Amino acid sequence: MCLAIPGQIKAFDADQQFATVDVSGVRRKVNVDLLREDGLDEDDWVLIHVGFAMSKISAAQAEEQLRLLTMLGEAAAAIEEVEGYQFDDEDDPWPSG
Amino acid sequence: MKYVDEFRDGRLIESAAKEIRRLADPGRHYRIMEVCGGHTHAIYRYGLKDLLPENIELVHGPGCPVCVLPMGRVDDGLDIAETSGAIFTAFGDMMRVPGSKGSPLEYKARGMDVRMVYSPLDALKIARQNPDRDVFFFAIGFETTAPSTALTLRQAKAIGVENFSVFSNHVTIIPAIRAILDSPDMRLDAFIGPGHVSTVIGCRPYEFIARDHGTPVVVSGFEPLDLMQSIVMILHQLNEGRSEVENQYARVVPWEGNLPALRALAEVFTLRPYFEWRGLGFISQSALGLSPAYAAFDAEVRYEVPGVRVTDPKAAQCGEVLKGVLKPHQCKLFGKECTPEHPIGALMVSSEGACAAEFQYRFRIEELEILEQ
Ligand code: SF4
Repeated sequence: MCLAIPGQIKAFDADQQFATVDVSGVRRKVNVDLLREDGLDEDDWVLIHVGFAMSKISAAQAEEQLRLLTMLGEAAAAIEEVEGYQFDDEDDPWPSG
Repeated sequence: MKYVDEFRDGRLIESAAKEIRRLADPGRHYRIMEVCGGHTHAIYRYGLKDLLPENIELVHGPGCPVCVLPMGRVDDGLDIAETSGAIFTAFGDMMRVPGSKGSPLEYKARGMDVRMVYSPLDALKIARQNPDRDVFFFAIGFETTAPSTALTLRQAKAIGVENFSVFSNHVTIIPAIRAILDSPDMRLDAFIGPGHVSTVIGCRPYEFIARDHGTPVVVSGFEPLDLMQSIVMILHQLNEGRSEVENQYARVVPWEGNLPALRALAEVFTLRPYFEWRGLGFISQSALGLSPAYAAFDAEVRYEVPGVRVTDPKAAQCGEVLKGVLKPHQCKLFGKECTPEHPIGALMVSSEGACAAEFQYRFRIEELEILEQ
């Protein structure tokens, strides 16, 4: 639970609350509220924790984090987690608050 | 030195190991606590112990959220969901954690509606999809996870979801460290500070440890080289008679933490006067309950909480292991009655738990030895 998952921002939702990220080829939406003040752009890398982007990182750091997950035997679980996020399906868009 | 060849930074790690041997005073025994369960997992997985001289002892800390949860809280959560007929949602880490009448998975097998989620937002989504059912989210985690629960609650309030409640078991790391520092049977020379908790709270909250207790803190990343470098930094401090908070993981951890996350915590949560931790007992102001503004979403307001207190099974020594007084294999049940397949305590369930980490590590050593033969 403590190990964060690296993802790259691909697109922002209209309300800027959620963004589509790419995690090793898997695309899902995550909440980016906590990083909006830092200024977040497309192609930026972030560390994701339970559906929320928690920190902005460099591309090199993202690569390192992925390697770390692999080394810890957690890479598959991380992808499974990202695939498991249910809150962003297209048929039932998330209402903005 | 079993694993060092597997690492990309194998050579750098060797040289860090050499530096550690050079810096460590052979006449001294060092006890260094890694606070975070992610670090515990990494230390075993990498076999870092094999790289350190004998007089440097790594003591596993309390930073595994499901491990520190007393069994009574697990029972309370399951009891509320069972009595109220609510849908019980929780992270995967929680699913196999034993309560006194079974784990969430076992309740599920007995017919309760138990659903694993990967994010608190998923639990909220389940509530929106099931407007005629109550949905109960069993929230766990330190400051890394608590902001996610806070933002989910903010959203639930903004869109007016009425059938969603949170049973908060969020805990905060500083009071636990304080309790360990104050406990008489604990002598520690330094702390390896948690990586991801610190992305939220920053490094400042650790300053009292260095200042008032004279104990160095180095916030560390999770790679083998990070951990080795953190130990080098700690030894430098100890040799030079310094005690400071240093940030080895500055590439991810900002000194001031994440302000929006801290603001969300302050808005949604309030510090409980006290909370029970497994092994550490009641610690004042160490856990987060929902603030009055979020009472409508507070499972402890919405439902009757039985508030049961159950002690761990007699022979189980989870408390001592959590405090760092015993090593996992010193528990009488380790690897016998208690295994990852049949966990007696939560420390054997979570990959961040010291018992599971040590069990997997031993298993891997045996595997390697068989391969070598
Ligand atoms: S081996 Fe099992 S019972 Fe013993 S301390 Fe670890 S989790 Fe608890």
